[in-house]
Amino acid sequence: MAANLYPNGALRPYLAVLAGRFQLMLQYRAAALAGFATQCWFGVIRILVFAAFYAGGAAGQPLSLRDAVTYTWLGQAFLAFLPWNADPDVADMVRSGAVAYERLRPVDTYAWWYARALAWSTARVLPRAALMVAFASVLLPLVGLGKWSLPPPPTWSAAGLFAVSALGMILLSAALTVILNVIMTATMSDRGANTLAAPFVNLFSGMIIPLAFFPDALRPFLRAQPIAGLVDIPFTIYFGGLTGADAWRAIALQAVWVVVLVLAGRWWLERALGRLQIQGG
Amino acid sequence: MPQILVEGLAKTYRVAERDPGTWGAVRGLVRRRWRTIEALKGVDFSLEAGELLGFIGPNGAGKSTTIKILSGILQPSEGRCEVGGLTPWRDRIRHVARIGVVFGQRTQLWWDLPVIEGFDLLRDIYSVPPDRYRRTRDELVGLMRLEKLLDQPVRQLSLGQRMRCEIAAAMLHEPSILFLDEPTIGLDAPSKLAVRDFVRVLNKERGVTVILTTHDMHDIEALAERVIVIGNGTILADSPFETLRQGVLAERRMFIDFEADAPDLAGLDLAGVTVHGRDGRALELAFDPRVIAAPQLISRITAAHSVADIHVDEPAIEEVIARFYDLHGAGEA
Repeated sequence: MAANLYPNGALRPYLAVLAGRFQLMLQYRAAALAGFATQCWFGVIRILVFAAFYAGGAAGQPLSLRDAVTYTWLGQAFLAFLPWNADPDVADMVRSGAVAYERLRPVDTYAWWYARALAWSTARVLPRAALMVAFASVLLPLVGLGKWSLPPPPTWSAAGLFAVSALGMILLSAALTVILNVIMTATMSDRGANTLAAPFVNLFSGMIIPLAFFPDALRPFLRAQPIAGLVDIPFTIYFGGLTGADAWRAIALQAVWVVVLVLAGRWWLERALGRLQIQGG
Repeated sequence: MPQILVEGLAKTYRVAERDPGTWGAVRGLVRRRWRTIEALKGVDFSLEAGELLGFIGPNGAGKSTTIKILSGILQPSEGRCEVGGLTPWRDRIRHVARIGVVFGQRTQLWWDLPVIEGFDLLRDIYSVPPDRYRRTRDELVGLMRLEKLLDQPVRQLSLGQRMRCEIAAAMLHEPSILFLDEPTIGLDAPSKLAVRDFVRVLNKERGVTVILTTHDMHDIEALAERVIVIGNGTILADSPFETLRQGVLAERRMFIDFEADAPDLAGLDLAGVTVHGRDGRALELAFDPRVIAAPQLISRITAAHSVADIHVDEPAIEEVIARFYDLHGAGEA
């Protein structure tokens, strides 16, 4: 286990919870298969919609149909990175009042929740993404549907930049999950945060339609806001829509948002837990 | 310097209130009324290392609030509190690394993990060196007889088994202070005894300071030399349990079985004696030993009536405490 590499390091508790939760989440095979099946279905529907849309006149579209297909499969493969919900474990603790007992751990509560969120999202994405790649990159070309498949990145540099940007996506996703945790802790309910989060994230990340399709006037704003770093930036880099300095600028933007959201989440979490009232004598 | 020092600790919080009914709910949307609740109103006490303190009081008296402040979960509104030289809520991380906490109504072990994996996770959370961890864990497992439970997921354990694991889990990092909030709640008799034995061993043999809250007076009788009674947010008494008993309910009970139906004792000179119960041939008397000594009482009764059996007892501890709460108007609000 990775944790044993740092037997006395300050990171040990966080690596332990990360590894522990990751292992636990990987056990849910049925959930992974169900998620994969759902995402295949939605991938096919979306691609059919794009195909119909482009058949009606593709001239002047910001993305080629090929790139839209790539974007769609990537979106389905990495769907579980979208912070639609607060961490369900933390939601349980908020509901039962056990959230206060998180303060009994000799750890920084923010870093602790962040490590949990990282383990939660990556452990769900990994099996689903592997199945999706097997389906969309390997199986589809084999059955003669290569035109509708998920191709590898066009260049090595696109692949490298995507890897960096995907890391940004993972870190951003965890930072947003913890912020949802904090909203939930402050409001003592998971309903509000979760109801608002899903549509907001779907729209502004570029999950519903790539941000490139939005009106020109809105695009600078849409590309600058933090949630673009969850979907639009990494996927556009993947198919080569953002290269060189443009790609690095987009990655830098992701990094800035990660730092801002981590600092804001930390400050807010301490405040919310400081004000927490615990009922019952 | 005492290990735990508490001075003038107060905690107030506000809760939103609304008038009853639909109209009240609508009005509450516009204008909130707030009610201030004083959970603690100036609590002072200190505790030396190695003491075992029992904290009792009716529901809502402020026991758990005090424990939560001492363990660093809650910030008080006012007052000073030092545990081993640290202020719990200000030096939270360093403070919680040195204490162990068990809440009888919650679990700190991971529900889906086998007990042993939960222990391993705690080893990492508290950064316990591996060899030291193994030694402590094996000792605790032996003491609490957990060998057969270690491989079971926590959710499959009975409450009694789980509570033994919880207390062991709270001791894995060898804290010098242990907080137990209602550790025996809902347990069956053997589990209660096991928990009490374990707490006694930790306190007497390891010198662990223990603060215990409970509603089970037998916990207090079995464990605590010192008892703090808390009610309505203030300390009502802080003394050995015996002192408390004598101050509140010095009376004794005499249980008499007569040869015939229990007689009316009106004709005898029995000052300081009241009839507490009567059932066929059995009679239960309450008497104050400072007014009339037991031998005197016995001789006056046996002189007038023929008696089959007599024994003298102290009132049950629950009765002592209930009487104490009544005297201080501290029954549950």
